[in-house]
Amino acid sequence: MDCSCSAAHSDLTLLSPVLDTYAGVKGSLITVLQKAQEIYGYLPQDVLEHIAQRMEIPAAKILGVATFYTQFRLKPVGKYLIQLCKGTACHVNNSDLIEKTITETLGIHDGETTEDGLFTLKNVACLGCCSLSPVMMINAETYGSLTPDKTREILRTLAQNAEKGATV
Amino acid sequence: MTKVVVGAGSCGIAAGAQKVYDALHAALRDVSSAELKITGCNGMCFLEPIVDLYDGAGALTRLVRVSENDAARIAEAVKREDVSALADLVIDPEDALFLEKQTRIALRHCGVIDPEDVEDYERTDGYQAIRKVLSSMTPEEVIEQIKISGLAGRGGAGFPTWFKWNAARESAGDEKYLICNADEGDPGAFMDRAVIEGDPHGLIEGMLIGAYAIGAKEAIVYVRAEYPLAIRRLEKAIRQAEEKGYLGEHIFESDFSCKMRIKAGAGAFVCGEETALIESLEGSRGMPRLKPPFPAQAGYWHKPSNINNVETFANVAWILLHGGEAFAAMGTEGSKGTKVFALTGKIRRGGLVEIPMGKTLRDVIFDIGGGIRDGKTFKAVQMGGPSGGCIPASLLDTVIDYKALGATGAIMGSGGMVVMDEDTCMVGMAKFFLDFTAKESCGKCVHCRLGTKRMLEVLTRIADGNGKDGDIELLEELCASIKDGALCGLGQTAPNPVLTAIRYFRDEFEAHIKDKTCPAKECTALVSYAIDPEKCIGCTKCARGCPVHAIDGAVKQPHTIRADICIKCGKCAENCRFGAVEVR
Repeated sequence: MDCSCSAAHSDLTLLSPVLDTYAGVKGSLITVLQKAQEIYGYLPQDVLEHIAQRMEIPAAKILGVATFYTQFRLKPVGKYLIQLCKGTACHVNNSDLIEKTITETLGIHDGETTEDGLFTLKNVACLGCCSLSPVMMINAETYGSLTPDKTREILRTLAQNAEKGATV
Repeated sequence: MTKVVVGAGSCGIAAGAQKVYDALHAALRDVSSAELKITGCNGMCFLEPIVDLYDGAGALTRLVRVSENDAARIAEAVKREDVSALADLVIDPEDALFLEKQTRIALRHCGVIDPEDVEDYERTDGYQAIRKVLSSMTPEEVIEQIKISGLAGRGGAGFPTWFKWNAARESAGDEKYLICNADEGDPGAFMDRAVIEGDPHGLIEGMLIGAYAIGAKEAIVYVRAEYPLAIRRLEKAIRQAEEKGYLGEHIFESDFSCKMRIKAGAGAFVCGEETALIESLEGSRGMPRLKPPFPAQAGYWHKPSNINNVETFANVAWILLHGGEAFAAMGTEGSKGTKVFALTGKIRRGGLVEIPMGKTLRDVIFDIGGGIRDGKTFKAVQMGGPSGGCIPASLLDTVIDYKALGATGAIMGSGGMVVMDEDTCMVGMAKFFLDFTAKESCGKCVHCRLGTKRMLEVLTRIADGNGKDGDIELLEELCASIKDGALCGLGQTAPNPVLTAIRYFRDEFEAHIKDKTCPAKECTALVSYAIDPEKCIGCTKCARGCPVHAIDGAVKQPHTIRADICIKCGKCAENCRFGAVEVR
């Protein structure tokens, strides 16, 4: 994992309680990565290297796992993570139009983050709320029966909330 | 005393149930004759948020599409013990038939009990099946009852459950594992989520019986990470079961001990395949293993393991309480019991439907689901997700049975039924699924990894109007080689959506390739936008909203679209309030 893009140093002590619990537990790598992502918001390179040392797992295997599962992110995400459902029911009910609306409104495509660091768009497979399709999830909140107007309204409200300093 | 119950599954909450609950909580604070509770999804997703009122005698008044603004008058009605003022919220009798026409076994507690209250579960024969099993049955007798019941794996493959249990039981070794596959990755299926959110103790009890039957002391539920509410409720249920002694050492003072834990998946469709799921449980990339050895011989940490789907386990306690024959009395010769379907898409009444095997697709889609919404025509139903296919209108009388559905080229699958109308393009649908499988292919087998990508390229060029003579045959050839060359079940079935689309809708593929038209008018590259001068009143809204200024026209005069500039973004159609913008 040779990368010159960032010399950022993560506070590795935050991860100590997790590693103290799981470092010796066979098969717990995915759990550790999930908890690390909860702490840092994504999986920074130095954190992955630290996990490799503590768990005595080759860094290559850890990166292999981190890039295999869609849940894991190697880059920071925006304050609001938009998970747009692209499941079958949402597809049939025109989730493509919702994606286009988000892209037009925020200027970001799937996997990208707005310059102000507020929104990240991520297309996901089924969220399991098919009867309310098309659906998106922003952080922990699910929004259903979306229309372009409704989508713009939700994004506008969140942006305003962020300005006021509130969270979802 | 009136019980006020808010349906609070994920879909209900997304529709506003949490706000309704909070508003009712505030409004009912001073009403001492009311008890506010939650319940899981009752499956009538099209009517969410739903509030059930049970009066002192247990009689039910079901309120639908409730908003938080209705809380005050609901509280008032509860206080007066007179619901007549809520008539506008009461469910339409025709909609109520949606539930009345079903036979519920796997979903028997969903929408009925409070999933976060173990005592609610106990009041409905909860943990009585495991009590009966531990006090009076040997593991072999349990497996025999499952064999008599004819229960088959509800996750998609439909393999006899008793056979897997028996194989794991007969495997040598003391250390065995029972695993529940709750990695519901099929887009369009959400019954497993509903079961975990609505009846987590039902799942735990079914798993306990399975663990006893195969001789496992540890049970693991592998839940997909996209289901946070399901994980939270199951965690709570496991804690409650431990406190009550249903999990742990010497359950019901027997020699049987079992612990249970949850493992959250990390987002990979392939982990629905049992050997990939095991790899993932062990902390690796979820790539399928070669079989044999089967998990029953060498599974989790190469110990004998048995993996069943959530819905399969949800039937188990019922079967042990009522006997295998009662379950086998429902269904067809080859498919016993009931099956849950997630009915979605362009359907009037969408939600969860549990019916005995042997009913027809028409029964589910038209009789229960109410047919197509907005006055459109039924075109096809997609079953089995990325491993299944689209069944056309001519086969609507197909009986729901593993074999009969398999003969159509689709599969029973986990029970997703996505209904499509005339506006859905079948080339687009095939492309949608290949886009999914190409992205989700784990990459282990060349045929799946590259074959799905090549197929996606061919389908994309057909949808873009660049299809060539021979493309259909090329797709068929690629399908055949993927079926032959992929290791796991998901890879082998990945071509199914394309094969069924070609089999039943070949003319649509040919229209795209030869005539460069999309009959469903969905493929952007093959349609054009025009304004109907009869309907256009010249309000100028479309012209003002057009991002490329392709619309001309004076105020109060019919407008026109310049095709050479138009980028077909559809904004004008979205903006027009008179339906004057036509897609051709």
